[in-house]
Amino acid sequence: MPEDLNWAIGGEAGDGIDSTGKIFAQALSRAGRHVYTSKDFASRIRGGYTAYKIRTGVERVESVVDRLDILVALTERTIDENMDELHEGSVIIYDGERTEMADVEVPEGMIGLDVPLQSLAEDAGGAIMQNVVALGAACEATNFPIENLDSALEKKFGSKGESIVENNKEAARLGQEYVQEEFDHDFDYDLETTDNDYVLLNGDEAIGMGAIAAGCRFYSGYPITPATDVMEYLSGRIEQFGGEVVQAEDELSAINMALGAARAGARSMTATSGPGIDLMTETFGLIAQSETPLVICDVMRSGPSTGMPTKQEQGDLNMTLYGGHGEIPRFVVTPTNVGECFQKTVEAFNLAEKYQTPVFLVSDLSMAVTEQTFEPEVFDMDAVEIERGKVVDEDEIEAWTDEQGRFQPHFPTADGISPRAFPGTAGGAHMSTGLEHNALGRRTEDTEIRVEQVDKRNQKVKTAEEEEDWSPREFGDADADNLVISWGSNEGPMREAIEYLDEEGVSVRFLSVPYIFPRPDLSEDIEAADNVIVVECNETGQFANLLERDALTRLDRVNKYNGVRFKADELAEEIQNKLSQEVQA
Amino acid sequence: MSSEVRFTDFKSDKQPTWCPGCGDFGTMNGMMKALAETGNDPDNTFVVAGIGCSGKIGTFMHSYALHGVHGRALPVGTGVKLANPDLEVMVAGGDGDGYSIGAGHFVHAVRRNVDMSYIVMDNRIYGLTKGQASPTSREDFETSTTPEGPKQPPVNPLALALSAGGTFIAQSFSTDAQRHAEIVRKAIEHDGFGFVNVFSPCVTFNDVDTYDYFRDSIVDLEDEGHDPTDYDAAKEKILDADKEYQGVIYQNENSVPYHELHGLDQNMSEIPDGAPEGAMDLVREFY
Repeated sequence: MPEDLNWAIGGEAGDGIDSTGKIFAQALSRAGRHVYTSKDFASRIRGGYTAYKIRTGVERVESVVDRLDILVALTERTIDENMDELHEGSVIIYDGERTEMADVEVPEGMIGLDVPLQSLAEDAGGAIMQNVVALGAACEATNFPIENLDSALEKKFGSKGESIVENNKEAARLGQEYVQEEFDHDFDYDLETTDNDYVLLNGDEAIGMGAIAAGCRFYSGYPITPATDVMEYLSGRIEQFGGEVVQAEDELSAINMALGAARAGARSMTATSGPGIDLMTETFGLIAQSETPLVICDVMRSGPSTGMPTKQEQGDLNMTLYGGHGEIPRFVVTPTNVGECFQKTVEAFNLAEKYQTPVFLVSDLSMAVTEQTFEPEVFDMDAVEIERGKVVDEDEIEAWTDEQGRFQPHFPTADGISPRAFPGTAGGAHMSTGLEHNALGRRTEDTEIRVEQVDKRNQKVKTAEEEEDWSPREFGDADADNLVISWGSNEGPMREAIEYLDEEGVSVRFLSVPYIFPRPDLSEDIEAADNVIVVECNETGQFANLLERDALTRLDRVNKYNGVRFKADELAEEIQNKLSQEVQA
Repeated sequence: MSSEVRFTDFKSDKQPTWCPGCGDFGTMNGMMKALAETGNDPDNTFVVAGIGCSGKIGTFMHSYALHGVHGRALPVGTGVKLANPDLEVMVAGGDGDGYSIGAGHFVHAVRRNVDMSYIVMDNRIYGLTKGQASPTSREDFETSTTPEGPKQPPVNPLALALSAGGTFIAQSFSTDAQRHAEIVRKAIEHDGFGFVNVFSPCVTFNDVDTYDYFRDSIVDLEDEGHDPTDYDAAKEKILDADKEYQGVIYQNENSVPYHELHGLDQNMSEIPDGAPEGAMDLVREFY
């Protein structure tokens, strides 16, 4: 278990909770500490409780846990909301001068630091900096060298001018000094620094960065939580690489625009969340039938319908696997951590172009809004390889024309992959259609050609199954009798849960699966284990159902669907309970 | 692109399957003629269509083309053009495709002002599904699904385009071959979104908006001495529900197409073998 510290700032939406939390996360990251952040937020702009939480360690941290050590509470409700996680020795920083905090009672055993945040901020140049005063106080309570905070403040406010930066530094210092002088206390916490270099980013940003690295030049989307960060990341950056982001009028337009750009030869993508994926479904078949390479990113949130837009769930797996009428050859790729969001995005573009299919890149809210530290090598731009597949130029066209000299964009090759000619290629003019078609792309209802083209399109998936590596990643004890399988963002909490379980004398083999379709064949692994548990954030066990079908056996499940991601300690407990039930049975 | 291109080069070897006498023959011929006259050839032309009789056009023409889903042709065309501004993009649709299921896209395509042309074959009926009311059907037009008429006034596509900030709004009649081709050519030449609503009669299901009806009622704006750069005059014509006009109704001479406005001049299909130069800066941002 990493020696970790859990810090949070909470208040009303609109209080600057996010940006303050991020400044502290950045300060920690710049000080060479690992960071894993999470957000509690509601679907509203102002008011209501919201919090930004940071777990930090010198060693890697990959999950939230049920413990809060330092809480900056801008409202009384913040304390109530977090009461379960606070413990003896927890520090609560608050401003008793704020009217809404006048009745605050710090629970016994906890350390209350009543700091006049607002008036100290005014001393430093403006009440708006009260959160920064709190950060200074937090530095003192955690023995965290305030210089690291300075550096994060420079990064945050540098563009606004030196005086703003200096005022903020001063605000932090006043907060620190106040705690030093007014509270005669030895704090238990010690945020040591290291020389490590880390980058700090969230899953949506990693997807956007991966897209640019992979040569994506066109993005069209419609704003929706929690996928919007992908669009916000690309807007203003993709242009530097000759690309364009278009905010479409709706999701139907977004996916069709992306399709148009892809047919023109651009690497192209759209991203959305559950309700948007529903609207896009119409076009899934057209993408597959016209053999257009397209990356469709679904950042899942709680459903169904509008469900809980700001809460975690992995409920769209069936949608991405089965969405659309008829039978649609496709790939479903599911990165398992923020770093992998980058790598799998690059891979998704290569798969899309090599096999000329839709590729669903499936992430979820807990990855999308989580900022996590990584060694910069995880985002190794030199390792990015672009594979465009069978693109033919005007010299190669002739090899793919029929006896009348007409280009055959859907020629049924043995591997199922046809030649592709970008518009503008001399001699390559052809039509693509969602209708069943022949090798020329022309409509047909000929029974033999129908079968030939269906087989051809599905052959692409079979070819990919053989040519690509769909292996899961393995953690824990390779010889353990207990096997846990998960997909997507559960990897982080599960990796830590292994350590908790280990302390309890329970050894576990863990397979984290980043591909749903095609997916690794885990039948042998499942048969070899005494107990198999599939962990996922949904009620029905959508992935477990798939694995049961593969292995023809019933599997145990740990499912969570209350809107909150798995926590490492909670997950360990759930797995232990499940295993002890097994023993009793 | 060469002067040797003839309009027949845009003809596919597939015979059209439209009903004999369909207005779409003339509409398509005018499109091919206009494309050839503006110096395009099939290899630099991309034609997008949706669903319905109009949607078949890509099959009967020879060019790069996409026949997509119902109502979504304009977003596809937008993506094509922005990804490769060198291509001549023409979107074809019908009145159902464009003004009903695709009405939202129409309004936004107009205001986006991407440099492409949009040719709508308006026959005021759903043909391919065998004779139901369309958004441009008359209020009292009896059809299989509207035995007492649609009970709602028709959409005025020209007014929609004007109110959305249209920079080129025109109307033509498919049978008036020369005039129709000329209007489409102007739409292609326009720097921005060139919209042409074409009266393209359905001889099978529409016995009201017939060739005879249009021949008798059409008024050519040139004969009226209409100045298409005069916004107020255009507005007046467009809101005049009693007349069927032919010609360029409105053209904004100051129109700057989307890709020029936003500095998009690259063919986005050309990308390096690895991450683009400068990609490491993206990582450094997160230190």
